[in-house]
Amino acid sequence: MRSAIRFASIGFALAALALGSAPTAHAADTPDPPADAKAFKDYFTKKFPKVKLEDFVNGPYSMNEDMHRQWEEKEQFPPYDFSLDMGKEMFSKPFKNGKGYADCFPNKGIGIRQNYPYFDEKEGKVVTLELALNRCREANGEPPFSYVKDEMAALTAYMAFTSRGKPFDIKIPNDPRALDAYQNGKRYFYTRRGQLNFSCATCHVQSGGERIRAEVLAPALGILNAMPIYRSEWGGMGTISRRFTTCNSQIRGVPLNPQDDEYRDLEYYLSYVSNGLPISGPGARP
Amino acid sequence: MRISTLSLALTLLIAGATSSLTAGSEADFKAAYAAAEAANKEAAALRNQWTTTAAALAAAKKAADSGDFDQAVASSKEAEALAKASIFQATSEKEAWKALEIR
Repeated sequence: MRSAIRFASIGFALAALALGSAPTAHAADTPDPPADAKAFKDYFTKKFPKVKLEDFVNGPYSMNEDMHRQWEEKEQFPPYDFSLDMGKEMFSKPFKNGKGYADCFPNKGIGIRQNYPYFDEKEGKVVTLELALNRCREANGEPPFSYVKDEMAALTAYMAFTSRGKPFDIKIPNDPRALDAYQNGKRYFYTRRGQLNFSCATCHVQSGGERIRAEVLAPALGILNAMPIYRSEWGGMGTISRRFTTCNSQIRGVPLNPQDDEYRDLEYYLSYVSNGLPISGPGARP
Repeated sequence: MRISTLSLALTLLIAGATSSLTAGSEADFKAAYAAAEAANKEAAALRNQWTTTAAALAAAKKAADSGDFDQAVASSKEAEALAKASIFQATSEKEAWKALEIR
């Protein structure tokens, strides 16, 4: 009986897939990132006319006055402070070979968060800040960190802090591979997956600002500007990699490995469409 | 498209209902499990496995280990149906994602 019920749920899921697949808009096959970014901003500013553009980076805390007050109070004793301090200390501590993170980045790694991820024309792929940090470690004979929390969150928290207020400035070079990476990221964002048949957009476009149980869903515009974040639900810090992988498992999809191409491209797309919005990380979320 | 999808869904429902009535042997389990694993491998190639498929496969193995082959076959068939649904999803989404795009 239990088995029959579970099969019935699969049947309903398939029926939902069929209904969800009905096209409602014309598909443009030629990527046009500036037009996408404009449409993205227009969509959210029309949907939330009372929210200032730069406030979208505060996610659920931008959605109403009560939430905004909670955020202001939280910012007086921010829960990410421990991680930020740890990141600052780690960043300045030399590797065993005497070099440090500052040697791996432009401007010694200070105030550059807004330029990540970038498209590396040599490699032909997107390079995120998390990936660049681990590559820096490995190039200097140090083992890589886990991509999802702790040390990686601390380092990215510090680097984001040094960029606070600087607008996202993601570039798409004149290279067809960069445009492909952007388009792949966009496809990933809108593709439904997992048994719940959700895409990233299901929660963060169509339902941004709505409640899912006790949580208020963050709008996709500016959603990465506050990363990494301290989440009360996680009881600790989490990186962009953590956010992507947990989103996938929450909709009953098997997550990919952190920093797989799909996630790198997704970060590229989401960051590009938030160009112009200020970096606000590290952040705190319910 | 919708008619064929619903037909598939109904077929799965019937298969699910009848599978729970069929007595299973170890050989039945092995065949059902191999079919489920093959479908899940195809879903992996499409980068679209579901956690529930993995859970059903694990449940099948656990039931088989305890000698409950009826349950092991039922869980294997459930895993196969879930894997096939994930394949259908990945395939249809190759174009369907565009319908959600902000323009």
